[in-house]
Amino acid sequence: MARVLINLPARARRGEIIEIKTLIAHPMETGYRLGPTGAAIPRDIIKRFLCTYNGEEVFRAELFPAIAANPFIAFFTVATESGEIVFSWTDDHGETQTEVRQITVE
Amino acid sequence: MDERSPDPPTRRLVLFGAAGSGLALYAPPAAASPAAMDEAIRALVGEATVKRGRVKLELPPIVENGNTVPLTVTVDSPMNEADHVSAIHIFNEKNPQPYVAAFGLGPQAGRAAVSTRIRLADSQQVVAIARLSDGSFWSDSADVIVTLAACAEG
Amino acid sequence: MRVLLLALAVAAVAAAAPAEIAPGDRRSGYDFAGPESRAMQDDDTANPGMLGVLQGEGLWATKAGGADRSCADCHGNARTSMKGVAARYPALEPAVGSLLDLEERINRCRGEHQGAAPFAWESEDLLALTAFVAYQSRGLPIAVRGDGELRPFFDLGSELFHRRQGQLNLSCSQCHDDNWGKRLAGAVIPQAHPTGYPVYRLEWQSLGSLQRRLRNCMTGVRAEPYGYGAPEAVALELYLMARAHGMTLETPAVRP
Repeated sequence: MARVLINLPARARRGEIIEIKTLIAHPMETGYRLGPTGAAIPRDIIKRFLCTYNGEEVFRAELFPAIAANPFIAFFTVATESGEIVFSWTDDHGETQTEVRQITVE
Repeated sequence: MDERSPDPPTRRLVLFGAAGSGLALYAPPAAASPAAMDEAIRALVGEATVKRGRVKLELPPIVENGNTVPLTVTVDSPMNEADHVSAIHIFNEKNPQPYVAAFGLGPQAGRAAVSTRIRLADSQQVVAIARLSDGSFWSDSADVIVTLAACAEG
Repeated sequence: MRVLLLALAVAAVAAAAPAEIAPGDRRSGYDFAGPESRAMQDDDTANPGMLGVLQGEGLWATKAGGADRSCADCHGNARTSMKGVAARYPALEPAVGSLLDLEERINRCRGEHQGAAPFAWESEDLLALTAFVAYQSRGLPIAVRGDGELRPFFDLGSELFHRRQGQLNLSCSQCHDDNWGKRLAGAVIPQAHPTGYPVYRLEWQSLGSLQRRLRNCMTGVRAEPYGYGAPEAVALELYLMARAHGMTLETPAVRP
């Protein structure tokens, strides 16, 4: 489980546009770096990031090796209802890490 | 990058379908070059023209370190059901691949603004292309100077 | 005439002798970094170094070694027990009479009190735990002086800082005392105060120690870098921290 930092308000007004910042620990190995033997270190990156809000997709990102290590992604969404905001990161091996946060919308 | 006269595409890149489903990964061209970037962009937009404007791509003009470059892209859009940004694609011309990222948005975003951190191998142009809900494409570009760190590892 | 020329030459050499930075002119590397790097450091939820601090927080509570003890078992809440600690390292370890930096002190604790094998130099775990401990001193002034029993180590560190080395035959002082603020190959030369270690260096795309940074510098002047934990390396750390005495600790800092 990679370390994750997520910044999103715990409470918001209905209709308010909120900013969400996410940061996950990952080397984002490009596949172009040469190792000590001269052979390329295999690519190993997070390739997809998905954010759903009460089950509905609100943001997605497809990432390439040009994204820096420890990917930082900040975006906006409209606070509609109280509930769960779910973040998931999927890597080249198809493994997904998921984080869940609650938001109260009044 | 101004209005493009379209060439018939040899392959069409579909990153985000109309229903927001399905991500098809395009096999990247072998060489990094402005031509590779143009080809990747053409594969995305197909026969449509890409208009300059409405998109603002923010990158530091002189980059402190090419390994981690903060990037922010915003698109001037009301972001309502009728008129919103569906996707923002970022390209570069001198990294090994022309692709940097592709973001999928919609009216629920509220604001078409995304920030991330990218890697840039050399001084080059970075291009952001937004696809709007009406199918039109808008773009902005930024020229960045990338220097090596003064004291590196070996 | 000859005497006059000789006098002028001596005066020129004396004037060109490396000048220490006046205490009032000392500025952190933060001030020399670009606005984007500063913004990255200022936001705890966007600072990649904080991922290391988070990891360190986990390690702090993890039982380890033959004694099956965690740091927390002896030291409790790090926020109180570790406050001020990083600000006064490197420090003398009375039991062995040698100078230890924070990484070595942590490893010594691991061995002595947890019965665990030391973390490898520059390993992710050691950096994370060091960053977590140092983070508890964030905002505090660096409190290292090179006097008393530390004097011999300080003098060694000072000598190394002022000594020309490597194929480029440059001393640390020539860049960081004499030419700070000017550019070297597109990068601004900072004053070399270790105000934020372990630091998230954009070049590394990870956290790294002061010793790693020093090794980068020495490679930069084409000198043979000191091995991790070498007495020269720790003496140099002491000198740099004493030189930065009173400046604010910023761990985890972000630097280019």
